[in-house]
Amino acid sequence: MDVPGRWKDLDHLLTRPGNVVGPGFEPDPALRAFLHDDCRVLCVGAGGLGCELLKDLALSGFGQIDVIDMDTIDVSNLNRQFLFRLKDVGKPKAEVAAAAINQRVAGVHVTPHFCRIEEKPLEFYQQFQIIILGLDSLEARRYMNQVACSFLAFEEDGSPDLSTIKPMIDGGTEGFKGHARVILPGFTPCFECTLWLFPPQTKFPLCTLAETPRSPAHCIEYAHLIQWGQERPGHDFDADVEEHMRWVYDEALKRAAKFGIAGVSYQLTQGMDNYMMYVGTDGIYTHTVKYEKDAACLICSSGVPLHAPASSTLQQVIDQLQRDPRFEGKLQSPSVSCGPQNLYMHGIFEEETRQNLQKDMKMLIGGSHAILQVNDKKLLAPLRCRLTLSDHSDLDAEMAE
Amino acid sequence: MVEIKDPKSKKYDRQLRIWGAHGQAALESAKICLLNCGPTGSETLKNLVLGGIAGFTIVDGSKVEQQDLGNNFLLSEADLGHSKAQGVSSLLKELNDSVTGGFVETDPEQLINDQPAFFNNFSLVIATQLREATMLKLDDICRAEGVKLLAVRSYGLVATLRVSAAEHAIVETKPDNAVGDLRFHAPWKELHDFAMSFKLAEMDEIMHKHLPFAILLIQAVGHWKAGHQGKLPSGSKERTDFKALLKSWQRQIDGIPVEEENFSEAMTNASKVWSQHGIPSEVQAILEDDCMNLNSSSSTFWCLAAALKRFIEQEGQGCLPLEGTLPDMHATTDLYLQLQRVYQTKAESDVTAVETHLRAILKDNASSISSISRAEVKLFCKNARHLRLVRFRRLSEEFGISCKHNVLRQALTAEDQATNATLYILLRAVDRFYESHKHFPGTFDSPPESEIPMLKAKAGALLSEVGASPSPAWDDCLAEMCRFGAGELHCVAAIIAGMAAQEGIKLLTKQFVPQSGTLVYNAMGSTTSVFCL
Repeated sequence: MDVPGRWKDLDHLLTRPGNVVGPGFEPDPALRAFLHDDCRVLCVGAGGLGCELLKDLALSGFGQIDVIDMDTIDVSNLNRQFLFRLKDVGKPKAEVAAAAINQRVAGVHVTPHFCRIEEKPLEFYQQFQIIILGLDSLEARRYMNQVACSFLAFEEDGSPDLSTIKPMIDGGTEGFKGHARVILPGFTPCFECTLWLFPPQTKFPLCTLAETPRSPAHCIEYAHLIQWGQERPGHDFDADVEEHMRWVYDEALKRAAKFGIAGVSYQLTQGMDNYMMYVGTDGIYTHTVKYEKDAACLICSSGVPLHAPASSTLQQVIDQLQRDPRFEGKLQSPSVSCGPQNLYMHGIFEEETRQNLQKDMKMLIGGSHAILQVNDKKLLAPLRCRLTLSDHSDLDAEMAE
Repeated sequence: MVEIKDPKSKKYDRQLRIWGAHGQAALESAKICLLNCGPTGSETLKNLVLGGIAGFTIVDGSKVEQQDLGNNFLLSEADLGHSKAQGVSSLLKELNDSVTGGFVETDPEQLINDQPAFFNNFSLVIATQLREATMLKLDDICRAEGVKLLAVRSYGLVATLRVSAAEHAIVETKPDNAVGDLRFHAPWKELHDFAMSFKLAEMDEIMHKHLPFAILLIQAVGHWKAGHQGKLPSGSKERTDFKALLKSWQRQIDGIPVEEENFSEAMTNASKVWSQHGIPSEVQAILEDDCMNLNSSSSTFWCLAAALKRFIEQEGQGCLPLEGTLPDMHATTDLYLQLQRVYQTKAESDVTAVETHLRAILKDNASSISSISRAEVKLFCKNARHLRLVRFRRLSEEFGISCKHNVLRQALTAEDQATNATLYILLRAVDRFYESHKHFPGTFDSPPESEIPMLKAKAGALLSEVGASPSPAWDDCLAEMCRFGAGELHCVAAIIAGMAAQEGIKLLTKQFVPQSGTLVYNAMGSTTSVFCL
């Protein structure tokens, strides 16, 4: 609905040159037409956050919005989910929310999807320029994170292929607290990279944490499990308390710097902040930071490091993958390929590739290093492994890199 | 037992979990006045109407134009040409049928000038998109009548929020990380005697592993103090020794301690023995406040605080009243209940002592307060450790010569605050710009850059009043302020409105702690800063 003057406030930003703008921003009246007619946004969840998001999107110039939610409306939703009325109780949230926006904001078209997020194929999610999450469960967030990261492809040098980045924005609220984060797969940390933000924690051997920290996660665990008790006796650590989390984060930063571990460090001067947290119980406090990606993230890294003895056969590498605790529960019957070459595949190529299993891995990949693609029906997207064939220990191999 | 809920408590279920039935009752008796119902005002009020306030009155003199349909969800095409206040009011009433609403089609500025008494009967006035000069007048009116004021404004990609009220005393601050008050370090006589009545060495195995950890710790403290001139363990070595003492009491088989859950709990909770026990500084400040000199019109809070002070000096022997809550712990049901009774009895007797002081105080001061229930005294005692008093500076102080310029100067040079402090200065500068030019910068079709020098002059003057020099972000922020053209963007309005409604709820329910300074939200960097000026 392009009535003259309707989007005046927004047009100031879209049509005027600015000093604080993203790289490549060119003021252009066509931007609003793009937002309104061409840009497709998916809002996942039509609850408390979802209702607010749908309204905010519609009044920020977005015209083609989809919303997906599996829930129906309950009386206890009405104190905040303002798109619903008492007469709507029992109806699907997605449908009522979409109809409410369509009716109130002229020209905006919201399409509802009353189903579970897992019911939609990846192609469904592929069609959106941006995905926004208004979810309340960790599991659903992790699923959507895998979806967004599954589109990510890498150039040969291991850098992300820009055209495959599916930006995702995650929000969350509880009581007087909340957070918002921007996930640009391949650039900013994905959900799995910073899973430590959410309890329960993965457990690491204490000696590793104390003597030989090797990853950002090790530093964070050290700060949490060991330093906390030493330096803050009498305070029970509570991951829900912002100040506690920040303390652990700051201590982890120091420790990472001491051991020269990249990943926990952040620089305010470069790159974008990607995480904002909000606490509104005692005054209003927000903290905006740039978290770093986990270079060994299973979901969004260009390759998970994998070390195997120099003389391994393909079968031995596959066995090792299946024993690896990092992939626990993820690999049932893995198929492995290397670039365009199928090394071992289940299904119709099984017979053809079976003979490779006993072959020398070095010979198959033509060297000591390769990126392996591992497929499994339990995986949403292929797992990328950065294989190194070497007789040195893992740690030595890491140092050597 | 199945709890049967009425429809209202079902509708408000999620928020009742946060502020309880008494918080909800406070909300349901609140009458709110909203000045200007653009997206900032409409969204703030929407959030409060959903929560179930008693009623609202919207004051806005404008008619709905196309521009409003681009940023205000509460207006639609049918409202074009009609009163904006009316349009917003009618949809808001649809959102919650237990809320009554009305509107006055008048310019808020005119109402402030002509009819200051209009504001007397509201619990809270939410003033949005008003300029400095108007806000100053409104603040004086509200202060004089004891009406709480929330000033909210969004301006392009920047927004501000400020509470103004004489004082706001909070009993239920609901801190996130409260450490329970269990008195292991100094058990009162009954607790001490109860704990010491158990002879560990004579117990059978079952009893030994079901003795609550609280009793173990109190016994260990008694034992420790006896050997250390009555002092608690201090320093990491002594604390390790203290834990070793506890461990030595565990039952052993072949010299190896048997796993006993109560002992594990005692170990993890040992730190409660030496954690902070004193009176927190915020509470101490309340006890030393000038308002402690009571008169007949002193508020309930101050009368209770005075009673608290007498209790601390007399029965409490320097301690606050006992909270009386015992956390869950490994024990037999019977032992746990016995112990709980010891804590509850002490807490009740502390409440009685405070209550006795209170009655005397009310009488001595010929107080106009008709009654303070025991439940109120109890709530006060239970939260005594977390009491907070927030005083807000008058807007005339912040905007006048008594502004804390040093705070602003410091912020302008602090890396993480410089940009937001600059935006604060510029937001004040656009109002001065308006006073001179009768429009905001960048609101005309001519290139906004052409007005940068004029805004820069106003901002520069403000900066020299503050005694500061421009931050590195100065020129960029100036240009952006002109680019915004005083636009009210829905997403910025929605965010600041969320915070504003939250602060409104804190003020109305007297729970949690409201923000005492001016909050600046910078949507360009997704940051906030608070300046107490």
